[in-house]
Amino acid sequence: MKENKNIDHELGNIIDRNPTTRREFLKRLGGGITILFLFGDPLVLEAQRRTSEYPDDFNAYLRIGVDGIVTCFSGKIEMGQAVITSLAQMLAEELDVSLSSVDMVMGDTDICPYDRGTFGSRSIKYFGPALRAAAAEARAVLIELAAEYLKISKDRLITKEGIIFDKSQNKNQVTYAQLAKGKIIERHLKEKATLKAVSEFTIIGKPVLRSDSLEKVTGKAKFAGDIRLPDMLHARILRPPAHDAKLKNVDTSPAEKIDGVQIVRDGDLIAVLHKNPDEAEKALIQVKAQFDLPEVKVDDKTIFKHLINAAGEGDIVASGGNLQNGEKLSSTVFEEMYLNSYVAHAPIETHTAVAKIENDKATVWVSTQGPFRVKEQVARVLGFPSQNVRVITPFVGGGFGGKNSSNQALEAARLAKLTGKPVQVAWSRAEEFFYDTFRPAAVVKIKSGITNSGKIALWDYNVYFAGERGSQQFYDVPHHQTVVTGGWGGGPGSHPFPTGAWRAPAVNTNTFARESHIDIMASKAGIDPLEFRLKNLTNERMKRVLRAAAEKFGWTPKKAPGGRGWGIVCVDYLNTYVAAAAEVEVDKKNGNVQVKRVVCAQDMGIVINPEGARMQIEGCITMGLGYALTEEIHFKGGEIFDLNFDTYEISRFSWLPKIETILIDNPELAPQGCGEPAITCMGGLIANAIYDATGARLFQLPMTPERIKEAMKNN
Amino acid sequence: MQETISFNLNDKPIHLTVDSERMLLWVLRSDLGLTGTKYGCGEAFCGACTVLVNNKAVRSCQFPVKDVKGKEVITIEGLSKNGKLHPIQEAFIKHDALQCGFCTPGMILNACSLLYENPQPTQSEIIQGMNDNLCRCGAHTRIVQAIQDAANEMKGGRVK
Repeated sequence: MKENKNIDHELGNIIDRNPTTRREFLKRLGGGITILFLFGDPLVLEAQRRTSEYPDDFNAYLRIGVDGIVTCFSGKIEMGQAVITSLAQMLAEELDVSLSSVDMVMGDTDICPYDRGTFGSRSIKYFGPALRAAAAEARAVLIELAAEYLKISKDRLITKEGIIFDKSQNKNQVTYAQLAKGKIIERHLKEKATLKAVSEFTIIGKPVLRSDSLEKVTGKAKFAGDIRLPDMLHARILRPPAHDAKLKNVDTSPAEKIDGVQIVRDGDLIAVLHKNPDEAEKALIQVKAQFDLPEVKVDDKTIFKHLINAAGEGDIVASGGNLQNGEKLSSTVFEEMYLNSYVAHAPIETHTAVAKIENDKATVWVSTQGPFRVKEQVARVLGFPSQNVRVITPFVGGGFGGKNSSNQALEAARLAKLTGKPVQVAWSRAEEFFYDTFRPAAVVKIKSGITNSGKIALWDYNVYFAGERGSQQFYDVPHHQTVVTGGWGGGPGSHPFPTGAWRAPAVNTNTFARESHIDIMASKAGIDPLEFRLKNLTNERMKRVLRAAAEKFGWTPKKAPGGRGWGIVCVDYLNTYVAAAAEVEVDKKNGNVQVKRVVCAQDMGIVINPEGARMQIEGCITMGLGYALTEEIHFKGGEIFDLNFDTYEISRFSWLPKIETILIDNPELAPQGCGEPAITCMGGLIANAIYDATGARLFQLPMTPERIKEAMKNN
Repeated sequence: MQETISFNLNDKPIHLTVDSERMLLWVLRSDLGLTGTKYGCGEAFCGACTVLVNNKAVRSCQFPVKDVKGKEVITIEGLSKNGKLHPIQEAFIKHDALQCGFCTPGMILNACSLLYENPQPTQSEIIQGMNDNLCRCGAHTRIVQAIQDAANEMKGGRVK
């Protein structure tokens, strides 16, 4: 799979030469009933096959404790997406326990089985089914034990909320906790567990409030930066003014004179440490350093031309018919180019880690999306065998793909080793921007054609450096080709700084380009944008989400630009289908856009937690306003100019549209992803609505007031 | 300059000998171990570090500790009384008005200050009052609903 290759590139190869044996792993489990299972995420399975450290016959487990608490151990992490709740729902449903008796243990590499990382809207889609199967298996084991205990046949037993009853005699009962007591039972999930039918669900599909709120509203929730250890030092690290700048000379002596300050220099790492982070910061200012700056080759204006020049040969990822025939069939041919700038992840929690080294064992608390990857990296940087490194992931304060990379953990680990004390590294906001793995600047070129009757006959699509995901169009086009050049990680000679996966990687760019271009064709054909889409779609599932969004919105047909400020788009994000309609108001004098309303319909198959799903969709729409309207990194060579929220503007309360969400009922389809899909709508959606309002077409994200004014002028 | 600063912190008197020019955020987080107050940007742009000083929201990352002398400071840890959550905390839970939760303490304390000033705000007054607190996950709509709900719950009564 191409997509896997792309993620491989991002996450590196995880190869461990110091295996934790299966027995060692199992030793860590206490008493009770433990069900080991393998979850079918192709990325995880592939990694497990290639490594020797982790047992390859399971990668997750749940345990029914003697206290009746059911614990699910998972290498996934919680960063806001609320899988802490929806995964627990899946478990509680199949095991027949109350949701409140489920405890989720996440992202601790010593007690949770291997996981590749939390990204790509994969937790529910891939982990969920295996978790359900394991819970069903656990329930079967419990029924067997109960039959022995109660001395009656299993088929007379039913389960409810952690209790097993005799069907005909309610009083004859035993709890899961009683059965687990004094036992160490280890079972492997059989191939086929009997899962509940959708009609039997009592917990899955019911709206449930997130389970971590109480901790989060009282300040008790611990994030990596909240870890406090005796003798812990806070480190501030000397940073270059630009990527690829080389340190020429440095004078740390003024900082050394400050009381309580410790300076550490180890090769490229120069750090100032103090028991208080603000005192360390003050001391760092006293460190005088000069750097040699590399030659500036590119800036935020010239980057697109540079990328086209840097592009190698692309891969044809989809094709059908013959492009020449498509062009012959077309009465009108369209050729356009779409651009998007670098965008930062900007989680409110900056990259943070605390490292403690005792004897030859390291423990690192990290804000990361990939604790197991961090474990390997820390082991490498310390020269420790990897089983001597434990990574613990507390609550993560937003990730969005930016915390796939966790270099702060390596810095903390190195400094803990060098100082012999626990060390916290919490990046400043400026460091967070500077070292972000930005969503890449990218270019899309589309040549297309329509027939006299408004059918798309030709689609020739070339994307540079956004990535493959979402590049393939889903309209009914006889002659088409999609060529992908460069992934979101860039490559030599492409970007002047690191880039990476940003919430729904590649798909924000590809959807902006495709759905803008579809609108251009609809407008030229004189057909309403919704009608044009429906006319060119044969995919009934996609038509259904489009119609659902349009109906709730109150869409009435009108050719764009119709002066209403209405836009519509649809997208297939890894088999979650989304359609959105919006209304915007554009101030033609200053180019300001206010998004008044967004209606979003999503078909993600079975919905585990409707409340959680709506929350994610709303989050996607709100966050997506930023990359659509304002978010853009300004730079010159390796120097980043946007280093805080004053110039880098993310969504605010006053930008809020009225948001309405529709969850399409599709019980036939297994649960798909939900954390990312809806955000992909926002670029194209706002672009189309701006066009409808003003007649001006925007070809570059973000659609700033200046770009909107410019487009209106050229219109 | 090292100085002894006396103030009330979460309803308890406190005397601290610190460099009084240091920012309240770091004194709370490091010296006092109250980690519910978060660092987000360090320049008062995001509001994650918001605490109450005499019932008014301040950005503790830019608020020198000398300025709390003799005042009442409330952090997120001190908002619930006798084990009972503040109505705004209750409303945040009820509306799922958070995702990652990192901006949440600042959001809640800013909302407290807002309702203290204006116990029955309109929706647009809430939006205006919360506009300088940033949330990256996009919990905004639910936060507005939660604040409206809390205002109704408090029925205009000033809960500190």
